[in-house]
Amino acid sequence: MLVSWKWLNELVEIEQTPEEIANLLTMSGIEVEGIISSEIDLHTQFLKVGLIEEVTKHPQADKLVICKLDVGDGQSRIIVTGASNVQAGQKVPVALPGAVLVGGKMIKPAVLRGVASDGMLCSADELGIEVDKIPPEQRTGIYILPDDVAIGADVVKVLNLDDVVLELGLTPNRADCLGMVNVAREIAALTGGKLHLPQVEDSVEGGECAKLTRVDIEAKDLCQRYVARLIKDIKITPSPLWLQQRLMAVGVRPINNVVDVTNYIMMETGQPLHAFDYDCLKGKRIVVRRANEGEEIVTLDGQLRKLNPEMLVIADEERAVGIAGVMGGLDTEVTASTKTILLESAYFHGPSIRRTSYALGLRSEASMRFEKAVDLEQARFVADRTVQLLVEIGAGTPVDGCVDCYPVREEKQPIKLRIKRVNQILGTDISPETMEEILKSLRIKIVEKNEEGWLLLPPTYRRDIELEVDFIEEIARLYDYEKIPTTLPEGTTTQGMRTAEQKLCKKIRKTMVAQGLMEVITYSFINPQQLDDLGLPDGHPLRETIAIQNPLSEEQSVMRTTLLPGLLAIVQKNINKQNKNLKLFEMGKVFYVNGFPTEKRLPTEKLFLAAVSTGEKEKSWAYQAEKYDFYYLKGVVENLLEVIGYTLNEVSFENADNLPGLHPGRSAIIKVKGKEIGVLGEVHPLTLEKLGIDQKVAMFNINVESLPIENRGHKMLVVPVTKYPAVRRDLAIVVPEEVNTGAVEALIRKKAGSRLKELRLFDLYRGEQIQEGYKSLAFSLTWQAPDKTLTDDEVKELHQKIDQALQKEFGADLRR
Amino acid sequence: MREQLHLLKEKAEKEILQCTSLNDLNDFRIKYLGKKGELTQILRGMGKLSAEERPLIGQLANEVRDSLESKLQELTEVIKKKELERSLSAEKIDITLPGIRPELGRQHPLSIVIEEIEEIFMGMGFTIEEGPEIELDYYNFEALNIPKDHPAREMQDSFYISPEVLLRTHTSPVQARTMEKMRPQLPVKIIVPGKVYRRDDDATHSPMFHQVEGLLIDKNVRFSDLKGVLLNFARQMFGANQKIRLRPSFFPFTEPSAEVDISCIMCKGAGCRTCGHTGWLEILGSGMVHPRVLEMGGYNPEEVSGFAFGMGVERITMLKYGIDDLRLLFENDVRFLRQF
Repeated sequence: MLVSWKWLNELVEIEQTPEEIANLLTMSGIEVEGIISSEIDLHTQFLKVGLIEEVTKHPQADKLVICKLDVGDGQSRIIVTGASNVQAGQKVPVALPGAVLVGGKMIKPAVLRGVASDGMLCSADELGIEVDKIPPEQRTGIYILPDDVAIGADVVKVLNLDDVVLELGLTPNRADCLGMVNVAREIAALTGGKLHLPQVEDSVEGGECAKLTRVDIEAKDLCQRYVARLIKDIKITPSPLWLQQRLMAVGVRPINNVVDVTNYIMMETGQPLHAFDYDCLKGKRIVVRRANEGEEIVTLDGQLRKLNPEMLVIADEERAVGIAGVMGGLDTEVTASTKTILLESAYFHGPSIRRTSYALGLRSEASMRFEKAVDLEQARFVADRTVQLLVEIGAGTPVDGCVDCYPVREEKQPIKLRIKRVNQILGTDISPETMEEILKSLRIKIVEKNEEGWLLLPPTYRRDIELEVDFIEEIARLYDYEKIPTTLPEGTTTQGMRTAEQKLCKKIRKTMVAQGLMEVITYSFINPQQLDDLGLPDGHPLRETIAIQNPLSEEQSVMRTTLLPGLLAIVQKNINKQNKNLKLFEMGKVFYVNGFPTEKRLPTEKLFLAAVSTGEKEKSWAYQAEKYDFYYLKGVVENLLEVIGYTLNEVSFENADNLPGLHPGRSAIIKVKGKEIGVLGEVHPLTLEKLGIDQKVAMFNINVESLPIENRGHKMLVVPVTKYPAVRRDLAIVVPEEVNTGAVEALIRKKAGSRLKELRLFDLYRGEQIQEGYKSLAFSLTWQAPDKTLTDDEVKELHQKIDQALQKEFGADLRR
Repeated sequence: MREQLHLLKEKAEKEILQCTSLNDLNDFRIKYLGKKGELTQILRGMGKLSAEERPLIGQLANEVRDSLESKLQELTEVIKKKELERSLSAEKIDITLPGIRPELGRQHPLSIVIEEIEEIFMGMGFTIEEGPEIELDYYNFEALNIPKDHPAREMQDSFYISPEVLLRTHTSPVQARTMEKMRPQLPVKIIVPGKVYRRDDDATHSPMFHQVEGLLIDKNVRFSDLKGVLLNFARQMFGANQKIRLRPSFFPFTEPSAEVDISCIMCKGAGCRTCGHTGWLEILGSGMVHPRVLEMGGYNPEEVSGFAFGMGVERITMLKYGIDDLRLLFENDVRFLRQF
């Protein structure tokens, strides 16, 4: 909502500056988002209205003309201009030397292609007028002024350039401030300034008007009140300049006197109005009803609109002539030939207007106001006020009387406000006197008063006040939030803490970071194409996505079922920016249909941890490069599972050859205590190719919620560090290539028992001295007992047991 | 024999001077003082000596041994010192070569800030609650006093899954869910961090962003308590001298409602570009829980009261780290992430 400072000052006496008022309003809940003032220097007196006496061609330049002007100082001036819309007899804004225009442009005498020019003719733009607020024909070229302005007058005053505009950011509850009068009332409540609201002589119900027309409200649930008045002898002209300027100041484009007055009154009172060409109404009557199935109407903007029975229309005897509260129909539009108008001032059901304007994609100043509820009680007053102004500017003659169709009068019940409750909710000690003063300043009616408090009726334009607590807010905001004390809650002391699940998440995040991975956050919605890129077969469960009905784009149209696509997209983007060595992780939810919506009211959400790595830790002057490959991420997983409470004996990796998006020969299922918790692998080369990634990428994906609960987040009791010495022995075997190292390790651990403290593969060798199809594995075993020093013989015996088992199981050739 | 000893001493004293390494010294010791060394060889002849001569020769032999041993000792130390010096100087490194830095991981700035907010409120006795990101219209709107067709729904353009199911537009539905779960217990004292979604995508809006919601319901909770808790938060988050300012505002689920500003962290309130020359930065919305919300949650507004607040994590993160473009937070460029 734009508020003209000059206009405001006519409605309420203000001693403060615009900045002071802006601050007062902001601190009482009507946020002033900006103060707009003219960019030109308003005080030079060098901007004059000039009459063009003569226009001649410039002898040297085709695109220039020479204007002879009278600017009221008794002499003719020559000004050269490049504009093509000037003609003798026009009045135009003239910037004389010394004037300062938009952008600080100072006007000086100049010589243009050999002709001396004593100033400049101005366009709207150069005067700092926003061109989208003025009629299209005035937007380019010199701004042509109306004929009735005085030659030599100050253009600043003529065009109202010295007005200041306050930009209000209104919350939905304060739709009343979509009318200037209510903004003035708010200021009066804040400053005590005297109000000067328009006074109108009430029309009488019935009269001539009622003889000439009638109103029937059929849809009483959608229209509570409809006031109609008639104005005859209509003469359509442009509005007087003052009216045009008012509208322009508040962002409304002037059109003609009738339309401008209805817009002006809407801006003044907040009540939208509509004028029909009375002679175009079939049967000369108004019916307010639901649209018929399949009914159509061409609206003022020339568009054919299809209507449905959920929409409220204004109709005559035969057809819809307007979409109620949204836009009028073209057939009954006020035109140059209109003789009599029927003026509508009505109250429509906000939600219905909202639905209709949404459905039609038609949002107007009127619909915006109806949606948020206008003042039901002032409908008649506003109609009368409009007629008054139309008559005042000579647009027509009133027909006496009015039709006021108001079938069910609204009876508001008074609301109780308790003094004690006010101070209890606010934590204040405000006196009843102060409270009463505030209530009165807001024109809240005190119906009854006693020691406990009051029975109150809010003014009819404040439809947001419905409960005791609403009055409490009114008192608080006028009392000033800043004056309310600052305290701390006095209730029960509580312990703030994380749940076991929340602790686990924190630990996972910290462990991933500690291992050198970077956390990323990606959107929860993805492009279904990204699932195709993973090579998921038709009917794969991960393809059962939850679709957003109104996505912003295809890229963000379904909820992710896996974190992998998001991470791969980040990998791709980073590689494109030359960040080729990456170790990333994300913790976030994925979304499964899982019986939604037939069996479950909501889809299933699962928390996942996923990581990707690619590239390497680059070779330094001291060390070799280390790849961020499958085995790197496998190590990350092992560390993670250990830190969050599992021993490596409980963790296993199993070959898997058809995991979605993964290389069939390089992927594994991760199990903890035999239960599947996630997958680890290298991203499938075809997927990488589709994404244009030309380096290998490893990934893992863990369902955090599937981690066996008994260990989740809890580190097992610490095992005391034994004081008895450890014994280290190496063990090297040659096994066939197809034997999994994991199986060898598992067997060693099984046979070794609890005294084996560490088992580490330190060499994997193929080649010379090893038979083709075989590999050599070299392990280092650390033995230790908690209660004694192990003897050589004991260790030897353990190794023999292991050796035998390995030979038997894998046909291993032992080398030592 | 005396002669022999003298000769031995003379010869040994000459020879020891030829020793240049610890190895030489060891050889020397073996040659003269070892079990089969020359001195020992000579002393083997002691048995043939007379009783008078024996102690004298014995004494002389001891003197020779002691003298050689002390020379040996002396020289060992000298050589050891020299060898150490030699090896230290040979081991000299170029300390200006770059260090080998272990690669550090980083938490995402948004997750750092969420954690920080959690810690602050946990310190004030709030527990952490969570809720679904795909939510029922009932919890997202209706239970929060935003019935269908309420103009306030416009403030939050939503992503719909079905007419009754949507991506939550704020973390506030967890207020309603928690009340339902806990009623009639008191106090309800929670914060709710999480992802939220709105149909907006431009330089200052992301279709997915993060909020932290707060709720306290107890007997006799006052608006002044809200001010105190938020002031405490602002000071821990942005610095001990922070001021806050509450402005009346509107949210359907609170009444009275307030926007909360903090004094601008860039200019300390003097006015600058960041704060639009007002000296204040809007960081959160808050208010006293609306009586209808309490009722729908199963609490009697005549008996209990409460406050609620909600803040945008992106906004706070951007202010805290001086990030001027929201999109950086979701681009996940590692050069950006590495800075946290």
